[in-house]
Amino acid sequence: MQASNLLKLDTRASKRSNMLLEQSLAKPRRDKVSLGAFAFLFAEIIRYSQNRVLGIQDLEAKLNELGKRVGVRVFELLMWREKNVHRETRVLPTLMFINTVVWRALFDKQADSLGHSTENDDEYMITDNEPSILKYISVPKEMASFSPGAFLAGVVEAIVEGCQCPARVTSHLVPADGMPLKTVILLKFSQEVMEREKRLETTK
Amino acid sequence: MSATTYYFAIVGSADSPLYEADFGVQRTENKHLHQFVVHAALDLVEDALFANTACYLKAVDSYNDWIVSAYVTPSNVRLMLLHEVKSEEAIRSFFVDCHELFVKTLMNPFYDPSTPIQSQAFDTKVHSLAKKYLL
Repeated sequence: MQASNLLKLDTRASKRSNMLLEQSLAKPRRDKVSLGAFAFLFAEIIRYSQNRVLGIQDLEAKLNELGKRVGVRVFELLMWREKNVHRETRVLPTLMFINTVVWRALFDKQADSLGHSTENDDEYMITDNEPSILKYISVPKEMASFSPGAFLAGVVEAIVEGCQCPARVTSHLVPADGMPLKTVILLKFSQEVMEREKRLETTK
Repeated sequence: MSATTYYFAIVGSADSPLYEADFGVQRTENKHLHQFVVHAALDLVEDALFANTACYLKAVDSYNDWIVSAYVTPSNVRLMLLHEVKSEEAIRSFFVDCHELFVKTLMNPFYDPSTPIQSQAFDTKVHSLAKKYLL
């Protein structure tokens, strides 16, 4: 009797799994999630991870990994929804795409600025003056170096990796006047990416 | 109804095989060769990657009478098709629809993008697309 109930459950699940491929990829009319719901989920994610790591570095790495899982999916979906489906392979167009399309899709606004470091040629910075997902996360004084923007860093890292420009992406809290949550996402591109960029620049 | 063979493979961004399928008439002696030729063509796809930003890379390789066409998605997942007849538009439409199916599969949060696609529904849909565009 129980076995047949389990079998019934199985066929129900497989019928529903067919629906994944029937659904549409176009932008739905109601595509916003309430900030409160997400803030609740995000806070719980951080608390859950905190119980399973042994330090700030590990915690940031865990959030980074979660962000990567989101980034891979968000990237493919947003690229698909573009008018002209294409691939990005150069550093600057990829960063512009992240600043505009990705941020607008995730947070309904563009990232506040995109900068290129003056000392190191391979470092770029994406700044967000008030990332909405960090609004309700408070970092205690003893963990002052922890930046919950590690989640955003993971999202960005997955996107640049997909565009064939792997980078080490970290997030840093740089409070400024009136903007206590200002976050800078620092991308340090790997050596081969910079070499390839130089090569592609000269051949153009 | 042409008596041609097609071999379709999806190779993930970390070069792991995600899916493969045969369409059309199968001449048994060449099955393993199809897989070999398609995977050997991956190097040529990588060379063509930075030439332009298009997804559809048309024919990247040829081996005797077989042509290998490739389509690369934005996150570097390669859709490869080994075919005998040259029909760019039909193959492009096939690739675009397969790309759409792949993105839908990717939306499943439990699907790990480096693992093979096991879904029966995906398999059925790819075969029906092949019937629609290729056969």
